[in-house]
Amino acid sequence: MIATLCVAAGAAVGAPLRFALGRRYDGALPWGVLAANVAASLLLGLCVGWSLDGNALALVGVGFCGGMSTYSSFAVQTRDLGLRPGTTYAVLTLGLGLAATTLGFVAAGR
Amino acid sequence: MTEGAPRLLVAVAAGGAVGAVLRHLAGEVAPDGAGFPWTTFGVNVVGCALLAGLGLIPLARRSETWAAALGPGLLGGFTTFSATSEQGRALLADGDAALAASYLLGTLGACLLAVLLVGRFAPPLPRDEER
Repeated sequence: MIATLCVAAGAAVGAPLRFALGRRYDGALPWGVLAANVAASLLLGLCVGWSLDGNALALVGVGFCGGMSTYSSFAVQTRDLGLRPGTTYAVLTLGLGLAATTLGFVAAGR
Repeated sequence: MTEGAPRLLVAVAAGGAVGAVLRHLAGEVAPDGAGFPWTTFGVNVVGCALLAGLGLIPLARRSETWAAALGPGLLGGFTTFSATSEQGRALLADGDAALAASYLLGTLGACLLAVLLVGRFAPPLPRDEER
């Protein structure tokens, strides 16, 4: 029950942060959502590297990082961009996301 | 940011909290085990399909606030990119590059397919100024 509340609280901060980044920085490419997804991946890599568990992981990892990142907007934006910009956006998002979570995990000292 | 920003931020926060809790509960009911993370995969594909179909919901067409609560809020919070990245990293670290690639590219492919399929039947949401 407490863990569920932690998830809700984390996402209640992470989701509007992503939304604000998107409204401010999404342009020819959705840089705002890209930044939100990459930043959330970095932080989740740190959380896993630090071996966060229980309510701390629920709050920061599942709630905040999960709420700040999004797959649904990413997929819809990729479609809307069309083939070439969409491919660029998808490759950037997947590549930077994987690099960021790896960087976070390594920086956590594991 | 437009005038309605604080109202929209609250709507996204509320929707995001509900969506993230639903994703959390899905993980409780069917935890991602070792190997292909099917639960996260399923959550993301379903969330993408629903976002592509948001234009079918009259409430989301009528109200910018509800569109924000349901789209970037509920479905943005339900789906996750960070967990997918982290699971891909963990699969790579386990030495299973083929599984990592099939998971990361499979999620992208399935989500895009869901968006394209549902998008054929759903009108785009009206732009803010047309509402």
